Amino acid sequence: MMAPLLDVISWVMLVGGAAFVFIGGVGAIRMPDLYTRMHATSLTDTLGSLLILGGLMVQAGFSLMTLKLIAVTLFLLFTNPVSAYALANAALLSGLEPKLADDESENES
Amino acid sequence: MIEILSIFLLCLTVITAVAVIRARSLFTAVMLMGIFSLLMAAAFLLLDAADVALTEAAVGAGISTVLMLSALALTASKERVEHVRFGVAVIVCTVLAGAIFYATFDKPPLGDPNAPVHQHVAPEFFSITREEIGIPNVVTAILGSFRGYDTLGEVIVVLTAGIGVLFLIGGTAPMGQVSPSSGDQTIRGLRHHQPLRVIAKWAIPFIMIFAFYVQFHGEYSPGGGFQAGALFAAAIILYGLIEGHRRSVQVIPPAVLRAMAAGGALLYGAVGVVTMLMGGNFLEYRVLHENSTTAQQMGIILIEAGVGITVAGVLLAIFHAFAARDRA
Repeated sequence: MMAPLLDVISWVMLVGGAAFVFIGGVGAIRMPDLYTRMHATSLTDTLGSLLILGGLMVQAGFSLMTLKLIAVTLFLLFTNPVSAYALANAALLSGLEPKLADDESENES
Repeated sequence: MIEILSIFLLCLTVITAVAVIRARSLFTAVMLMGIFSLLMAAAFLLLDAADVALTEAAVGAGISTVLMLSALALTASKERVEHVRFGVAVIVCTVLAGAIFYATFDKPPLGDPNAPVHQHVAPEFFSITREEIGIPNVVTAILGSFRGYDTLGEVIVVLTAGIGVLFLIGGTAPMGQVSPSSGDQTIRGLRHHQPLRVIAKWAIPFIMIFAFYVQFHGEYSPGGGFQAGALFAAAIILYGLIEGHRRSVQVIPPAVLRAMAAGGALLYGAVGVVTMLMGGNFLEYRVLHENSTTAQQMGIILIEAGVGITVAGVLLAIFHAFAARDRA
């Protein structure tokens, strides 16, 4: 009884995570400048990888594998946002100005 | 499933390789090379070559990207556009690619146990590893014991490369010559970035522990001196990036690094000399102890320690040399 239910839960999480990562990828291509692109990818990546790892944990059950997956999740949770912070900071320091709504209307007109 | 993943990964590597060639900005090229290494690491993992994958991820994607970036700080950031005639190159490449493609028809299928390469010495290695060395990871046994000469050669190559880089860009830049007013990031580091500092403080001990785990658990799981040395160097480099070059030099002074680089190779060679003095051949570990299994394991642990020390020392010495050069 439990096994099919766990399978459904884990697959929902896996597919959901993949969908978030995919949306992030689309955002990275479609967005106009670095900061909006990062906004698209960094948030969806964190949630997407969390969901995928969560789905894998449900698949693995209570085992050593789950413990390893939890460790990986913790590392990603800590390092993913910080690397996004470092990237945005480096871009700003090297003089890349965020594209503002005004600029765009000027460019288009 | 594995086939689909492999083909997908190989397509990605080809795309990345083309992108590297087409990139005119050297920074972009370096970053793409890091991605290329990561893809190759995943491909190696798919082929069950976990040891190679670990090396590729640690050295290819991690350390060499950092070293390339530090080298980039010394050069121009754009590739110089040169107009060359492509005719001959295209012909040579086409012929070569055709020859390689033709050669693959004679290749045994992937993972075929009857392929000549798996029938030559590999079965012998497997049986000896199980009976005489008693460790589960055959890769470590081959690297450390059966092919001990080759690994010694590799360590010497790493050491020689380190010496070459230090000669070229000068590893002995005196500290404290820079006036404190020069607000360079390489001196002050990124200490004022609180998130980076907190996370680095939290992550560095784990990287260190992992490095030692990979070093000393290498007989049982994928790993060994090369990967451990790269991981150890990565921890110190992260510390240097966050806390500033000066403080990372205080942690391990350059003189210690040079001693490490030479000492590791010396330790490796010394094991060989000791086995000769004890009546065996060069790097014949079985004379080290009455029990031949213990002797083999002693030898492998000693030479792996030598490999790790040399790799860590050389990588850090090169990093410091680049970082010191940045400010000049």
